[in-house]
Amino acid sequence: MAIIDDLFKILVFPGFLFVVNLGLFLEWLDRKIYARLQNRVGPPWYQPWLDILKLLSKEDVIPEGASRFMFTWLPVFYLAVTVTASLCIPVGTYAAIYSFPGDLIVVLFLLTLATIILFLLGWYSGSPFGRVGAVRAVTQFLAYEVPLVAALLTQALLADSWSISLVMARTTVGFPRFVVVHLTALAVALISLQGKLLRVPFDAPEAETEIVAGPFTEYTGRRLAFIRLAERTEMAVGVGLVSDLFLPFPARLGVLGFVISAILVTFVLSVLRASVARFRIEDTTVLAWKYILPFSALGMVLAIIVRG
Amino acid sequence: MLPELIRSLFQKPATVRYPVERVPAPEGLRGKPVCDYSMCIGCRMCSRDCPAAAIEMVDTGERTPRPVFHYDRCAFCGQCADTCPKKAISLTSDYELSAFSKDDLVSLERRRGESAAG
Amino acid sequence: MSDMEIPVGPQHPALKEPESFRFELEGEIVKSVDIRLGYVHRGIERACQDRTWVQAVYLIERICGICSHSHTTCFCQAVEDIAGLEVPRRARYIRSLIGEMERIHSHLLWLGLAGHEVGFDTLFMYAWRDREVILDALEAISGNRVNYGMNTIGGVRRDLTDRDVEELRSAIRILEERVGYYTDVALEESTFRNRLEGVGKITKQQAIDLGTVGPTARAAGVNVDLRRDDPYAAYDEIPFNVVTAEAGDLLAAAEVRLGEIRESIGIMKYILDNLPDGPIAVKAPRRIPPGEACSRYEAPRGEDIHYVRSSGGDKPERVKVRAPTLANINAVAESMKGVRVADIPIIIAGIDPCFSCTDRMVRLEDRISGRVEVLRWQDLSRRYRR
Repeated sequence: MAIIDDLFKILVFPGFLFVVNLGLFLEWLDRKIYARLQNRVGPPWYQPWLDILKLLSKEDVIPEGASRFMFTWLPVFYLAVTVTASLCIPVGTYAAIYSFPGDLIVVLFLLTLATIILFLLGWYSGSPFGRVGAVRAVTQFLAYEVPLVAALLTQALLADSWSISLVMARTTVGFPRFVVVHLTALAVALISLQGKLLRVPFDAPEAETEIVAGPFTEYTGRRLAFIRLAERTEMAVGVGLVSDLFLPFPARLGVLGFVISAILVTFVLSVLRASVARFRIEDTTVLAWKYILPFSALGMVLAIIVRG
Repeated sequence: MLPELIRSLFQKPATVRYPVERVPAPEGLRGKPVCDYSMCIGCRMCSRDCPAAAIEMVDTGERTPRPVFHYDRCAFCGQCADTCPKKAISLTSDYELSAFSKDDLVSLERRRGESAAG
Repeated sequence: MSDMEIPVGPQHPALKEPESFRFELEGEIVKSVDIRLGYVHRGIERACQDRTWVQAVYLIERICGICSHSHTTCFCQAVEDIAGLEVPRRARYIRSLIGEMERIHSHLLWLGLAGHEVGFDTLFMYAWRDREVILDALEAISGNRVNYGMNTIGGVRRDLTDRDVEELRSAIRILEERVGYYTDVALEESTFRNRLEGVGKITKQQAIDLGTVGPTARAAGVNVDLRRDDPYAAYDEIPFNVVTAEAGDLLAAAEVRLGEIRESIGIMKYILDNLPDGPIAVKAPRRIPPGEACSRYEAPRGEDIHYVRSSGGDKPERVKVRAPTLANINAVAESMKGVRVADIPIIIAGIDPCFSCTDRMVRLEDRISGRVEVLRWQDLSRRYRR
């Protein structure tokens, strides 16, 4: 029975099905909030699922200049990597499937791998838009990755652990002494996450009006559906990670707390997306290295000081 | 930017869920043109002036031919209504004219095989 | 990254109409640009020769969806000139009124698109939401949202009712407040400002040498405006200011356009307060006496020129249209040198291009065999007629 139990955990809850559906739900939430902020009605709740179904039924085209092997398998890897990352995210008090000291590092590594795959997706799709997008994706990766890790490291320092579940349990330790540090790290993490998920103002790698869809330009049909699912899963993982590590609810209210935190984080990301214009890729780099990185370093120093 | 965003969040959306909800068409909208055949004298002026060649004069068995509108070609300019010496043609505010076949977009119903019928 | 060629268009999300631009890149920097006009040439000038004068007005109206009133006014003025028709004063005022409403909605459309091009979709949505105010007013007055069909040779087709005037006054109140808000956003929201400032810059000398017109020229400090320099319709009686800026970049273009919206609102108010009574049209003959005329009009995008020649028949002998985008497209090519890929869409959008108005001819080139095919009018109608 242990095998069935494990399979259920991996495939249904809190594994594949849960995280993919959470990702699609967050996508709807994001679109709905974005629409309402812009005084529009916005899509009905089932729209993301319909979009995926539609893509699955569409014609699948491999362009002439693309590498057939890479073009076929990269979307699958992309989804595999993001879903694997999700296995280490605890859903509130409901423990992650694979939980071990240092799982935070593994999640970060897997998310980095996702960006590398993004680069390869664009590079091997045989389209100039894909290539420009791929190079931009890597450039942007260099900009946000360090602050993101620094922000999470701050939390790890405060909790004195690299285990996500332990950090989660200790988010309120030292309250209210650590609040300033927490908030500094949270701000950096949210901005870097926006960059990680390629959302406005950091959507230069897939800027629609400039390079069509960047790395995804040539993708159609079920391959695009895989990429979409992978992106949504990445969003769920990113938002889940920030909720677990920074907000007090997941450790207190369990699964419900996790979902509430995820909604809160998504709301903030949506408002951020609605209130600014896109940065040029150079501006993103400058912003990240000149302002966000020192800010996150400051957070780390503060963390070390307050912990004494 | 932020105050405006938050205000919009709690405002009624500016868009509507068409076709469940509809924005009423204003009076005087230049929609589907119709002809009151009791006033028509069959002078062909509308057909001559129509910039889109959307008005066909059809012999319906009466003394003079009658204008038939092809709504698929119509540009809804309203020149026919301006031209008509008897003011028999008017533009309604009906603008939802999509159909699956061009044959459904003819003002006078035509029977298959016959040239025209009333 | 090595050199690469990136095609923007004919199909590309940055372009609202199909047109072909080929950019040669060095990394993220544009080395050169090749603009190929002609993708959406529709042969309207020639088609006018097969239409009667009355029909031609509606065809001319469809040159451009946004400046439809500009083109018909320009055309009708030329024809009235040939036929020696005196347009009633009330008709001239209504023409100016609709022209200014068109300018407002065109500039709001531009502002929204500029926002969209730099990834600021919220501004896009807000600008277009408030553009609905003016479109609703236009719909109520003329019966249509874009192709108003207000003009006819000899005057206008619909009169302004008292209710229209009242509705317009309340629309003006909303617009005044919103335009003030957009001016704040455009000039103060730092991410948006950052994308416009110093981008797509041309100097005053370049603007003159390249023959730019309209807001593109005025943003570079060239003080031209046909409404003042060569008044038509009712503009000789209406007080207004010509808005210019000095910088020549896209921020200046935005300032000029927003300033023009405010001026247009002022003109609308003046017209509503001083609308003369009287007939709205004189009867035009079906045959226009022989002659030729050239007519100029300050469209939202710049100077629009129509040349019309009649040989005395019920159809024009020749119609020639020079839409403003054709004059401004050179400025795009010029300001594109050395810019970054990220700025390409906003620079193209900066002149508020209207490509189907601009396109000139059809020359099909088979890239593989190198065979060149020029389509004549007969070929076009044979291939594409309904």
